[in-house]
Amino acid sequence: MSTAKSSVPGEHHHAHHYDNAEHEYQSSKQGVWLFLCTEILMFGGLFVAYAIFHHLFPETFKIGSKFTDVKYGATNTVVLLFSSLTMALGIHYVQIREQKKAVIAMFLTILCGFAFMGIKYLEYSHKIHLGLLPGDWYHGNAEAIAHEIGNLKLPANIGLYFSFYFMMTGLHGIHVLVGMGLITWVMIRTMKGEFGPGYYTPVEGVGLFWHLVDLVWIYLFPLLYLVS
Amino acid sequence: MAAHSTSSDHHIIPLSTYIKIFSTLIGLTVLTVVAARFDFGAFNTIVAFGIASIKAGLVLAYFMHLKYDNLMNRVIIGSGVFFLIVLWFFSVLDIGTRLVQESPL
Repeated sequence: MSTAKSSVPGEHHHAHHYDNAEHEYQSSKQGVWLFLCTEILMFGGLFVAYAIFHHLFPETFKIGSKFTDVKYGATNTVVLLFSSLTMALGIHYVQIREQKKAVIAMFLTILCGFAFMGIKYLEYSHKIHLGLLPGDWYHGNAEAIAHEIGNLKLPANIGLYFSFYFMMTGLHGIHVLVGMGLITWVMIRTMKGEFGPGYYTPVEGVGLFWHLVDLVWIYLFPLLYLVS
Repeated sequence: MAAHSTSSDHHIIPLSTYIKIFSTLIGLTVLTVVAARFDFGAFNTIVAFGIASIKAGLVLAYFMHLKYDNLMNRVIIGSGVFFLIVLWFFSVLDIGTRLVQESPL
């Protein structure tokens, strides 16, 4: 792929197998949407598995979710929603040729990614400390658990909840890290003046990916933190 | 598909729209947390998923520009959601209708 290195922001020559720049833009974006479709199916498999096991063992999920802190989950929801806003603004500013503001918006988005992962680290380390691990690795510290949720009788398969918790938030967390890397990449290219109203396809594509990561979390939050 | 228009024709969503959508999303997040404090019985999951789906719709339509995008991209993402619902539906039919079997031995 040829990349325009020019003093005019966003000057770009479309690849020869496209009719014009718009054709290239639409085709690239369609490719990103196809990829997002496979992402929905990948996370979707986990969501359906969750639905099945939640139906089979409702107590396990009800008690398991008591170990999650709604404050952390809600904060992370707000952080991700805000990062989606700043990402959308990043594209908006590229579209109207406001390079500086675009870079600031993208930088804020990356900061939000760090904040999200920081909160995730606090949650993970707390659970690992208590021995609340997936499946067979579960070795909950009885005293610490009683301190956490009171003297509730834990179901024998409580590790099942943490299998879902770590698998779903883990896969999502990997997506956040990948997204942060991609945003860094488009931010640097924006600084170099490679994007403008005429060409910003990579920014749009990375933005779509970032919003999908937000989209998955919108469902994960009530699923893992607010199970009644 | 407007393949022959120039790229400067791309719809630019005004800043105020983004701010409005963001505020609505935050409001709906608060609503999710508040709604979880009440017990709607069997409707708990439906309420939580209903609110989440409204949020998802707003993100798709405005942040992901699907409202101003071509039909093809909507069909692509819609097909993903459709087949996910098919997977969920037949799984529920199977798991939900199983009878508990006692071993005759």
